[in-house]
Amino acid sequence: MSNKNIRDQIINNTRNKSNIFERMIPVILLLITSVSILATIGILVTLLSESFEFFSRVPITEFLTSATWQPYVGDGEWGIWALIMGTLKIVAIAVIFAVPIGLGAAIYLSEYASDRVRRIIKPILEVLAGIPTVVYGFFAINFVNPILQGIYSGFGLYNAVSAGIVVGIMIIPMIASLSEDAMSSVPTAMREGSLGMGATRLETAIRVVIPAAFSGIVASFVLAISRAIGETMIVSIAAGSMPNASFDVTEPLQTMTGFIVQITSGDAAFGTDLYYSLFAVGMMLFIMTLLMNVIASWFTKRFKEEY
Amino acid sequence: MTLVDKDIIAKKRTGRQSRNQIFKWLFFLCTMFGLAVLILLIADTLMDGWSRLNLDFLTNFNSSRAESAGFFGAIVGSLWLMLVTTPVAIVLSVGTALYLEEYAPKNKFTEFIKINISNLAGVPSVVFGLLGLAMFVRALALGNSVLAAGLTLALMILPVIVVASQEAIRAVPASVREASIGMGATKWQTVSRIILPAAIPGIITGIILAISRAIGETAPLVVIGVPTTLLVTPSSVFDSFQAMPMQIYSWVKMPNEEFQYIAAAGIIVLLVILLLMNSVAIFIRNKFTNRY
Repeated sequence: MSNKNIRDQIINNTRNKSNIFERMIPVILLLITSVSILATIGILVTLLSESFEFFSRVPITEFLTSATWQPYVGDGEWGIWALIMGTLKIVAIAVIFAVPIGLGAAIYLSEYASDRVRRIIKPILEVLAGIPTVVYGFFAINFVNPILQGIYSGFGLYNAVSAGIVVGIMIIPMIASLSEDAMSSVPTAMREGSLGMGATRLETAIRVVIPAAFSGIVASFVLAISRAIGETMIVSIAAGSMPNASFDVTEPLQTMTGFIVQITSGDAAFGTDLYYSLFAVGMMLFIMTLLMNVIASWFTKRFKEEY
Repeated sequence: MTLVDKDIIAKKRTGRQSRNQIFKWLFFLCTMFGLAVLILLIADTLMDGWSRLNLDFLTNFNSSRAESAGFFGAIVGSLWLMLVTTPVAIVLSVGTALYLEEYAPKNKFTEFIKINISNLAGVPSVVFGLLGLAMFVRALALGNSVLAAGLTLALMILPVIVVASQEAIRAVPASVREASIGMGATKWQTVSRIILPAAIPGIITGIILAISRAIGETAPLVVIGVPTTLLVTPSSVFDSFQAMPMQIYSWVKMPNEEFQYIAAAGIIVLLVILLLMNSVAIFIRNKFTNRY
């Protein structure tokens, strides 16, 4: 209407129902956001309640102190250390294999490589990180293990080394790219100072850049360990299903994740000890990876505070 | 006497320089290791699986006989699975990212949500499988249906898309936002017509990468109990289904060596699909990202 001035029109516009719509949006988005919290609560409640049920049947002291895991013999023996040792063996082999290579690649990318090389290499690392773990499992058992058996005939069809090496291959891209990020964020001035004093690139990398980026690099290792702990398909395929706490890496073993897969693919009847043991093992797995992630974020935070 | 003895310096330098060169090549080899593994992995799979990769393989259902085992049920099942996972994951994660970046007040609760999401990203996929088993399969009685598995995978990839979307939204410069509000646009008008369109290439890239992770994910499907020997494709989201990675896993585990070749053929199909998705994601990232 022409007798209404613009001011009235604006006031009129802001009062109509689009205003209610406008105020509904944050509420709707908050509801959507709360799903992520519900997911965490769901995980915690599931793991805790089913674990409690398990510990009402099996004493928690046996679970936490024994190293014999034999769910099929009689009433079963439930010592999680056999599974934890399996996981730790895999993680140790993977870390020994992946840390030097991943760190070497990170140093090359951040200290030596030209921009062009970096632009080619980084997508390759991304592709490597995106390969499904079931494919890595196939690679472990059909490519890596035959080579290992050719080197030393003591390796069985399933063993810790082939699975561990391939888990290592899987975490290399993670270590390389996260460590490279940490090293790249070290101020160039520090690098130039070192080079200007006559140090070589190698000396600069080892004595200046790595110490400066240290907590960021450690964070990448810890995150990679967390990934290796939670890795499931490679160990299910290549590490076998024999829980044991020995240090022999040529033998088959079973990890926590491998146990969960073995039992669920063999249809664990609802309500049995076996069914509830899944969640107790899952709880232990959850706690270990959460611990690693908390440690990693502590290191990352420290690194970010420095620069 | 000269202050600087060139000979001594030259003598010291050559050792240090050559060490620098040696390590440069060592580090270069470390970098090339990833590429070498990628080539070996692809070559190994192609050699094992190429002879089995034909039209029959793509159109047959799985079979207990190696000669006639096919991938059809698994391919269709994986498509069904993504039909559930993709929309659910997009709505949840983009909504969460918009809330955190645009609406959330700066307080303890928002901080808690952010920490929670980064912790959720670190939860092993097999634990998400346990959540799916207890919540969707048993408590909600969905059984090992497309819906149960799809929801589980959607929760699993949620943190990935949230983080990618947050970065994309944050990259929209403040000046664009201020210009919109300065012109009298409301908050939601600014968000829906200015910020989302500007951030959409980054968000889509994140979604594609997350979906390609979900397609290849096996562990949660094993835990939920996805079957591998069905002879029908699902006709609704409440039906049971097969999935590509699950099928590959069951073939790899077969004692009969013939099945290793079939598994390799399945892996080729899966990798081709993933490679296509990744290329699309990289293309979108390079082509459509707005520069301000």
